[in-house]
Amino acid sequence: MSSLVSPDSLSAEHLAAYPLSPEPLVRVRNLSKTFGANRALDQVDLHLFPGEVVALLGANGAGKSTLVKILAGSQRQDTGEVWVNGQSQRFSSPLSARRVGIVAVHQQVNEGIAPGLSVAENLLLDELCQPGADFWLNRQRLLARAASIAAGLALSLPLEQPIECLGQAERQLVVLARAFALQPRLLILDEPTAALSDTEAQRLFSLIDTLRSRGVAILYISHRLSDLQRVADRAIVLRDGRLAGEFGAGQLPAAVHAMLGESLDTRAFEPRLPGRVVLSWRGAKVAAHAQAFDLDLHEAEVVVLTGLLGAGKSEIAEVLFGLRPALAGNLQLDGVAWQPGSPRQAIRCGVFYAAEDRTNHSLIPDFSLRRTLTLPFLERFTRAGFIRNRAEATAVQAQVAALGIKTAGIDLPMSALSGGNQQKVVLGRWLLGEGRVLILDEPFQGVDVRARREIGQLLRQSATGRATLVICADLDEALEIADRILVVRDGTVVAEFPRAGLSRAALVAEVAGGTTVVPATSPHSDSPRSRASA
Amino acid sequence: MPDLSASLSTGPDRSQRWLQATIRYGLLLVLALIVVFFSVAEPAFLRVGNLFIILQSVSIVALLALGVTLTMAVGGLDLSIGAVAAMSLMIASYVMVVLGWGALPATLISLAGGALVGLLNGWLIVRMRVPDILATLGSMFLVIGVQLIPTGGRSIAVGMSLPNGEEAEGTFSALFLALGRARLWDTVPVPVLVTTVVALAVWLFLERTRIGRLFYAIGGNEQAARLAGAPVQRYKLLAYVLSALLASLGGLLLAARLGRGDVSSGNGLVLDALGAALIGFAVLGAKKPNAFGTLVGALLVATLLNGLTMLNAPYYAQDFVKGLVLVLALMFTFGLAHRAR
Repeated sequence: MSSLVSPDSLSAEHLAAYPLSPEPLVRVRNLSKTFGANRALDQVDLHLFPGEVVALLGANGAGKSTLVKILAGSQRQDTGEVWVNGQSQRFSSPLSARRVGIVAVHQQVNEGIAPGLSVAENLLLDELCQPGADFWLNRQRLLARAASIAAGLALSLPLEQPIECLGQAERQLVVLARAFALQPRLLILDEPTAALSDTEAQRLFSLIDTLRSRGVAILYISHRLSDLQRVADRAIVLRDGRLAGEFGAGQLPAAVHAMLGESLDTRAFEPRLPGRVVLSWRGAKVAAHAQAFDLDLHEAEVVVLTGLLGAGKSEIAEVLFGLRPALAGNLQLDGVAWQPGSPRQAIRCGVFYAAEDRTNHSLIPDFSLRRTLTLPFLERFTRAGFIRNRAEATAVQAQVAALGIKTAGIDLPMSALSGGNQQKVVLGRWLLGEGRVLILDEPFQGVDVRARREIGQLLRQSATGRATLVICADLDEALEIADRILVVRDGTVVAEFPRAGLSRAALVAEVAGGTTVVPATSPHSDSPRSRASA
Repeated sequence: MPDLSASLSTGPDRSQRWLQATIRYGLLLVLALIVVFFSVAEPAFLRVGNLFIILQSVSIVALLALGVTLTMAVGGLDLSIGAVAAMSLMIASYVMVVLGWGALPATLISLAGGALVGLLNGWLIVRMRVPDILATLGSMFLVIGVQLIPTGGRSIAVGMSLPNGEEAEGTFSALFLALGRARLWDTVPVPVLVTTVVALAVWLFLERTRIGRLFYAIGGNEQAARLAGAPVQRYKLLAYVLSALLASLGGLLLAARLGRGDVSSGNGLVLDALGAALIGFAVLGAKKPNAFGTLVGALLVATLLNGLTMLNAPYYAQDFVKGLVLVLALMFTFGLAHRAR
């Protein structure tokens, strides 16, 4: 890509997007950054104007995070300049970026959360960190400030509870609220909707609209094209560390093309005939107040559970994997009454589960690709308890090839892999076993568009011999892979859509269920972590 | 050492490679330098006899350190090992001297006592969910206290007078004393042999077996290991039992060497063992508990102390030297590794 800006992308509409603000808020010139042999950023130029939302697109590893980190002050460029409001800046820390009004919300929600503090204290973390902040804590004032910040986002949060009692979505909202409270001039949002449901995302978008009207510049990173279509005025595409083009709001397909270097083929969906029932759960109940429902999973069929966050999707999966007891119902696996008491028992019976939070629930720090992949079925590669290295390596190589995992070697740590490839490893390790039921909780989180397609295809291709249950809040993702979509609301399955004749509108209506209010978090609502260890 | 590497390098790649090499081999290099230095300064240092003195002095601490390595592998920590070793020493002495039984029952009862403490630790941590440091600190005090009760706080020696006024009639059997004093081919002390075998076994266990790998998985991310089907609780319990068993084996060797049940002899062991295991993190850039590193860590400290003693360094400098080595090793492991990112 030699020309930095494709000439055909500069539409009149795009040029008209910021006629009133000729002076850019942020100007980036010739920005470069190298890590070892890897050019993460290569002479990137970029302008951001007040009052516009700019989408930053790029496949995993294209240099988005590096750009964001330099702008936000957590990394320093090798060469190149960053100008803010006409002044050249070289940030030494996130704090120095914040002083000129640049605030970033990073993708890893837990990086913005201080465990052990209350929700209110987390909301006020930035104020508490100010050098001039009061020495003594005043609980009343703290709560009042936190309440006003939460009210700014129309959030109802249990302010005095420890932050641990919030789920991923609420934590994400807390982190966003913190960033908004800093009154940034440039707000950088990295995958802000990854943990959010449709309704919560809509609320975020309207907040973004408000900020935009107040003249805040927003740099928005997401893999979800529907998000970008909704909020972005303009899109900037990075590929292999270089600027691959700039596109107006109406040209997102062209932007995706530039991002991937090819257009995505929308592969024809091959429906599968469901086989016999593998798992059935009659009169199922996962919450005391919820209505009972029936769940049947068939061989060869991919079923998607969708619904808002907190609707009870994960709880259903956790019962099937032995992480929580079923409150009611008759559970059968291959026609035999069955009740898993632990993940170990569930795995023994061929019920596999890949949890939602990849980093915390699937990966082990410092474990190589090989070790991560063979972890659940290690006994297959052992003789008298000793690991047969050669047999293990052969199996891992084969799986890496079969899944198209891109890596320089099977003994590299998982952290050297992109999000999409990490997810393929997590999926691939369950494909090593003879599964009867495979349950995946949000398998597309933090995965770029191309990897998402590949994972979806792998999932469908491998689905013949087992029942597959995928939890997926994003409806577009759901529609890509599902033979059947079940909508969960208030802990129960409220609707079922076969793929044929499914309308997105009907699905949306069913998911929202007429209410747009996020269920208030109860103090004892627990994260999967605490649940699983209980 | 990092300054040296920076001045020799020409580019970022070069200095990165230097840094990596420093992290991997730095501590082994330090060990080699220490050996070379002492052999030059004091030729007697390199005599076979002296080398085995070093190995003998390190063997008991190394046993305990290998045990704590196992608990560190599952993400825990066992502070009770010193107390367990002391208890095992007292039990063995009591059984032989006061009860007048033989070497075999003394050994078995000691090991059983150790296993019992390991089970208690594991139960507290796994079932009662007491944090590992607190649980083993608690059991450490418990065990230190318990072992003093039967003898009223006194050491056990052959011919000691018992609370009822009689004289103890038992003795340490020759077989038992051989455990601490005999030498294979008149050169290799039995404790060195035992520790070598145990070290090899622990290394094989952690590096080559399925359970060993699951130990590391549990230590790295317990929740992910559980969700992958690992029997987390069972293996954590196993780690604490193994740790306590190795500690009581260490206590037995100590009893055999001393030939008396000395109440204060186990006290210093826990810190030395922990230090060795932590120094082990730095060996070959492992950044995790590992058997080979633990052994090198124990050897490093023992070699240094032996050499300094030969050069007439004062005894009170010992802890200072140990601390210095530990801090240096931790710097290798964490400080430099961070910069290598």
